[in-house]
Amino acid sequence: MATAQEGRQPLLELTGVGKEFGAIRALHDVDMQVFPGEVVGLMGDNGAGKSTLVKIIAGNFRPSHGEVRFDGNAVHFHRPIDARAVGIEVVYQDLALADNLTAAANVFLGRELKRKFGPFALLDHNAMAARALELFGELRSETRPHDLVKQMSGGQRQAVAIARTRLSNAKLVMMDEPTAAISVRQVEQVLSLIHRLKEQGVAVMLISHRMPDVFAVCDRVVVMRRGEKRADKPIRDTSPEEVTALITGAKEAA
Amino acid sequence: MAMPLESPISFTNVGRVRWWQRGIFASQTGYVLLALLVLLIVMHFASPYFFTQGNMQNVAKNFSFIAIATLGITFVIITGGIDLSVGSMMCFSAMITSMVMSGLSTPDMPGASLFVHLAADGKTVVANVPGLILVVSVLAGLVTALIVGLVNGFCIAVLGLSPFVTTLGMLSIVRGLGYVVSNGRGSFPGGPDADYFYALTSGDLFGVPAPFLYLVLLAAVMAVVLHHTAFGRHVFALGGNEKAAELTGIPVVRVKIEVYVICALAAGLQGIIVSGWLGSAPANMATSYELNVIAAAVIGGANLAGGVGGPLGAIVGCVLLEVIRNGLVLAQVNSYWQQALVGVIIILAVLVDRIRSRVT
Repeated sequence: MATAQEGRQPLLELTGVGKEFGAIRALHDVDMQVFPGEVVGLMGDNGAGKSTLVKIIAGNFRPSHGEVRFDGNAVHFHRPIDARAVGIEVVYQDLALADNLTAAANVFLGRELKRKFGPFALLDHNAMAARALELFGELRSETRPHDLVKQMSGGQRQAVAIARTRLSNAKLVMMDEPTAAISVRQVEQVLSLIHRLKEQGVAVMLISHRMPDVFAVCDRVVVMRRGEKRADKPIRDTSPEEVTALITGAKEAA
Repeated sequence: MAMPLESPISFTNVGRVRWWQRGIFASQTGYVLLALLVLLIVMHFASPYFFTQGNMQNVAKNFSFIAIATLGITFVIITGGIDLSVGSMMCFSAMITSMVMSGLSTPDMPGASLFVHLAADGKTVVANVPGLILVVSVLAGLVTALIVGLVNGFCIAVLGLSPFVTTLGMLSIVRGLGYVVSNGRGSFPGGPDADYFYALTSGDLFGVPAPFLYLVLLAAVMAVVLHHTAFGRHVFALGGNEKAAELTGIPVVRVKIEVYVICALAAGLQGIIVSGWLGSAPANMATSYELNVIAAAVIGGANLAGGVGGPLGAIVGCVLLEVIRNGLVLAQVNSYWQQALVGVIIILAVLVDRIRSRVT
């Protein structure tokens, strides 16, 4: 891999990672590295092993073989919360937002800021709204902290979900099909959100079926097919045609 | 730290939601409250007796008899659950309370020697601080409710059973236990502390019925808990999107158990208060009250699909039901019509909400 990243310590390093479900081999001998501030596209057809790989990194599954290193240390996640504790956040396809709550409430869900009133800890609404507004400002999203998520556009919802990962200062954000079900204008917004994350030194793994999006924001693309990594190239050294060929199997490896 | 929100963002494309489209103005609770006010005015002109002090006290007392339980079940409904065991729970808690009270006041019952003894002239005399029997017996009733709530919560949150089926079973179990412990006869609060008990449950303070005071106090606490604590926020999140709640690390199992415990405790307390007004806890007390309680919550705007509800709505629902009942009595309508009318109102309230949310 002849990139400028040579010599730097990778943020995430997978070595020989494999996963079997009974007799089914979902993932076989995957080596992969992700560096800080890098946007990596993860592509592949349905059943190629993308989600299994993501779920291993996010702590949903434990790998059957191989080693996962994060920030230089070998890690063994038992639950998603373990992965979150070291700085790995996932933005799910359905975004995991509570529609009936405000943007600020969703950003702080499960980690609410509180103020002590004698023996009682009450929510600090002002501090949460102010911090949420700051985060939306960083992401340059026109989102009001007090608006209900129910009334928001797809792009705003993405901003809320991504702001949540910024709150915990995640080092690696994995985004599962963030542009699958939203309008063209909102796709632009999401891609610019990814740029914002990169600017702040966050590594992003973008799982997507949409070729233009991957080529617009990613530094590198990893192609999976039948549970194996078939390609791992800087985006400038490849083309949508080549990636399509790799995904479909018209081309075996690159 | 009330800093003004100095916006680093310009909102060129995003309109602000107007004040009348937000909060209570855009909620079912809002227009049911409006309907209630209209109804009160109509009642005032329809019957000269309606706004008399006696009738108002009566109305306040009557709706307080289901409103505390309605506050409790509102927690459960906000999380998207349901508790059908509240009626049975009311009866069972009341029964345990009055049985413990009579038991501790009878000198030859086990344990009673701590509380009472027989004086030389054959009268029962309090051996301890006056009121202690009352405190112990009310606690006994509430602990019973706590245990039932824990069992409900455990079955639903840990074992993953459906709330409807679990609490339907519990409705029957708790009612059955009530018949078992009392042999079907019910029980009566008795002994030296019974007077305190009646004063605290069916008495009044400056003309305001005691149950109404408890209701206002509990509703205020509930409003703070729901809107200003992390627990309250998690209750709403659970009803809005349970999967999201779980993914963001909210202790879903614990919150669920807690709401069923709160609901059972509220029902237990409600039952104890009602038994004070009745003067006894008959074994068939509060039968099918769960339907009134759920109806009141739903009319007041709690959404059975979860995510919406609050103390104001619970109270508005209860008041509306009671005013209609009271109105029908004053208008000398056959009281059998009440139940049919309540059903119509439930459907109307939900229907209007559906139409409104389609329009906006």
